[in-house]
Amino acid sequence: MPTAIFRDGVCRLVQEEGAQLVDVLPREEYEEEHLPGAINIPLKELDRETIARFNRDAPVIVYCHAYQ
Amino acid sequence: MSPRAAWRLEGLGFERVYDYVPGKADWFASGLPKEGRLASVPAIGDAARREVPTCAPVEKIGVVRERVRKMGWDRCVVVNKERVVLGLLREKELLSDPKVPVEEAMRNGPATFRPNEPVGNMAKRMQDLEATAVLVTTSDGRLVGLLYREDAEHLAGVQM
Repeated sequence: MPTAIFRDGVCRLVQEEGAQLVDVLPREEYEEEHLPGAINIPLKELDRETIARFNRDAPVIVYCHAYQ
Repeated sequence: MSPRAAWRLEGLGFERVYDYVPGKADWFASGLPKEGRLASVPAIGDAARREVPTCAPVEKIGVVRERVRKMGWDRCVVVNKERVVLGLLREKELLSDPKVPVEEAMRNGPATFRPNEPVGNMAKRMQDLEATAVLVTTSDGRLVGLLYREDAEHLAGVQM
């Protein structure tokens, strides 16, 4: 089951464990503003091909705008 | 949207998947760094004075007043140990009975604004409201600083 995480946890996982940040919003919204280092894979495009570049040994943190 | 993405990733075999539930709205509202086309638009967090004096609700007004004056300020933000804003002491409240605890004299629950608000919008809003200063806090209420209208206008390039 995915784990809910909050701001402090995001900072810790990125800094200490090299977590990969994934913005699942549409491309236009990502291009306007996103978290530092995040990559964009819109929810509709999330499949085996688009995630092939992920490091499976590191945590993955997904986010959208807020509680969506 | 992000919960579905997190479940999808688990279904694709990832073992450590986290969902940052409050999302980017929370991140930006905390004044943390961002990237993207709009990332360089000046925000009120960039103009807020972070050295604003603070005090605890149990301190005496007289002690706080002396400290605030020595620092050259005319107001003080009342915070708890987590730096969550509880109230504000303006000039008027600082002139209250010096023996009274801050929590009895402070202005309760002052309006606060998030650091990612565009500074141009805020400068205009402060002009319309004739506000000289507003408090800037993170989305969970922690003090970022005090934004003076003159600083907002200067950064936004707004005519006074």
